[in-house]
Amino acid sequence: MLKLILRRLAVLPLILLAVATVTFVLTEISPFDPVEAYVGAENNVSPQRKAEIAHAWGFDQPLPERFGRWIGNLAQGDMGNSVIAGGQPVAAEIASRAGASIALVGGALALVLVGGLVFGVLAAAFRGTFFDWLVRTMCYFNTAAPSFWVGLLALYLFSIELGWLPAGGSSDPRAIEAAGVDFEHLILPMVVLSLTGYAWFTLFVRNTLLEVLREDHVQFARAQGIGEVAVLLRYALPNALIPFVTLVGTHLAELIGGTILIEKIFGWPGLGLLTFNAAVNEDIPLIVGITLCGCVLVVLGNLLADVLYRVMDPRVREALR
Amino acid sequence: MRVAAGVLGLLVVAALLANVIAPLDDTAVDLDRVLNGPSAAHLMGTDEVGRDLATRVLHGMRVSLTIAVLAALAAVAFGTLVGAVAGTMGGRVDTVVMRFTDVAASQNHLLFGILLVVLFRPALGGAGAVMLAIGLTHWPSLARIVRGELMSVRERPFISASVGGGASRWRLARRHYLPHLMPAVGLAFVLTVPHAIFHESAYSFLGLGLPAHQASLGNILNDGQRSLLAGGWWIALFPGLAILVAAMTIGTLAEYWREHLHPRWRSELEL
Repeated sequence: MLKLILRRLAVLPLILLAVATVTFVLTEISPFDPVEAYVGAENNVSPQRKAEIAHAWGFDQPLPERFGRWIGNLAQGDMGNSVIAGGQPVAAEIASRAGASIALVGGALALVLVGGLVFGVLAAAFRGTFFDWLVRTMCYFNTAAPSFWVGLLALYLFSIELGWLPAGGSSDPRAIEAAGVDFEHLILPMVVLSLTGYAWFTLFVRNTLLEVLREDHVQFARAQGIGEVAVLLRYALPNALIPFVTLVGTHLAELIGGTILIEKIFGWPGLGLLTFNAAVNEDIPLIVGITLCGCVLVVLGNLLADVLYRVMDPRVREALR
Repeated sequence: MRVAAGVLGLLVVAALLANVIAPLDDTAVDLDRVLNGPSAAHLMGTDEVGRDLATRVLHGMRVSLTIAVLAALAAVAFGTLVGAVAGTMGGRVDTVVMRFTDVAASQNHLLFGILLVVLFRPALGGAGAVMLAIGLTHWPSLARIVRGELMSVRERPFISASVGGGASRWRLARRHYLPHLMPAVGLAFVLTVPHAIFHESAYSFLGLGLPAHQASLGNILNDGQRSLLAGGWWIALFPGLAILVAAMTIGTLAEYWREHLHPRWRSELEL
């Protein structure tokens, strides 16, 4: 197990190197001119001044040197400076927003897991009934409906029309202690972010359970006279849960992408909103920095899934020995 | 299945005939009719500058579906190419190409796509950049499928027989590999289209896709968020419904096709 974790963590820098190289190549071949983007609509900037900006940013140096510097800086954790944050380091910007995103993604992931498990088990237990049909229909709806559309409708219904929940931000600006995070503001974005994942997990748990329920050991448990509830929860569910955990790791990555849209709608000040602002203002260093961080999270998520898989399934553990 | 096909057909025909069914100009501003709710004159209401929403949604659907289909084609073409190179060359080329595919697969679609859109918008324009971003983020799963299919078909006896009979590489590829790949690739294309619709509308919703005045489903949704506070719920509702219906019908058809092709085959696409 330790060997697996170490080996995977050792590959991580290689993956990051590959991604950093790809992004470098992309920025090189793209016609995007950072100096022009920085100067923006101001047309009274002389060519000489532009050359000075390019020099200050090191764009006048030869290609291999720039690439070496980019990789060298990355290795030291320096991802460059953000344009929209007034030249602050990208790493600091990302770190300052990470907390809000962790709260949002963590909450959504918890909802996905608990919701998927509860409704998946219930739908499997009451298979073929109206309840099962209702759960499945809701799930199909949620997998096809774009999350940001559902977010807009939820924002209208619960914040504007009914006024039950605040419409955006992380806290009430009128409150005296406006700096803190208000749980009320987290509810809507968290629930909306979790909906797509919840639907996939529910359908997944239901279908896996129904497959396991057809296996011999379940039949045997029933023949012993064990009640249906115990059969479902003690004999079928543990087996159905094994593939379930591997989805957690991969789903983490999906949630991170979802935050960009959801945080834009609800004005939640996390990494998603930062990505949105960076993209709209063409702040390439910041977008690249967030992309690299996202890549680390995806790799760690997959590693977590593999570890959990081995912890939960002795067969896999034995087979790999 | 028939219902899904019918509804999808209607959507596509409506999108294709947008100019005929909805002859009004989708960018015509009418400041006397700002934010009117759905009525007989304006079936889906009007937006914040008085443009007829039904017209805009129809035109937007045409734009969004076209971009989505082209982008899905690009993704499928690229994925097939990568998978074919890995699957036919084998050995070290296979290893390198598939490791590269792993790296590409470890990117978040939306995040990496945003980087691509921002970088290539100046050269390709909004629509072109969105297509490129979707094409370059949705190919890894397809490359894996194509490689796997090729690996398995190469071991079949009829390939050895064909090689023994003196068939050239070109003939092998055209007569045996390609027909074997077509169903899987075709299905993957259909399954990619709803994703492409979603991504196109997401980029436009973030204001990164098409120019704001042009009708696309994502752009209208973006207008929709601004109008929500003024009570204009219909502007957000209808374009989203169009996406939902398109995604659901395409999904149903793809599901039917998949069961028809591989009764016991589980989707390898990350859906």
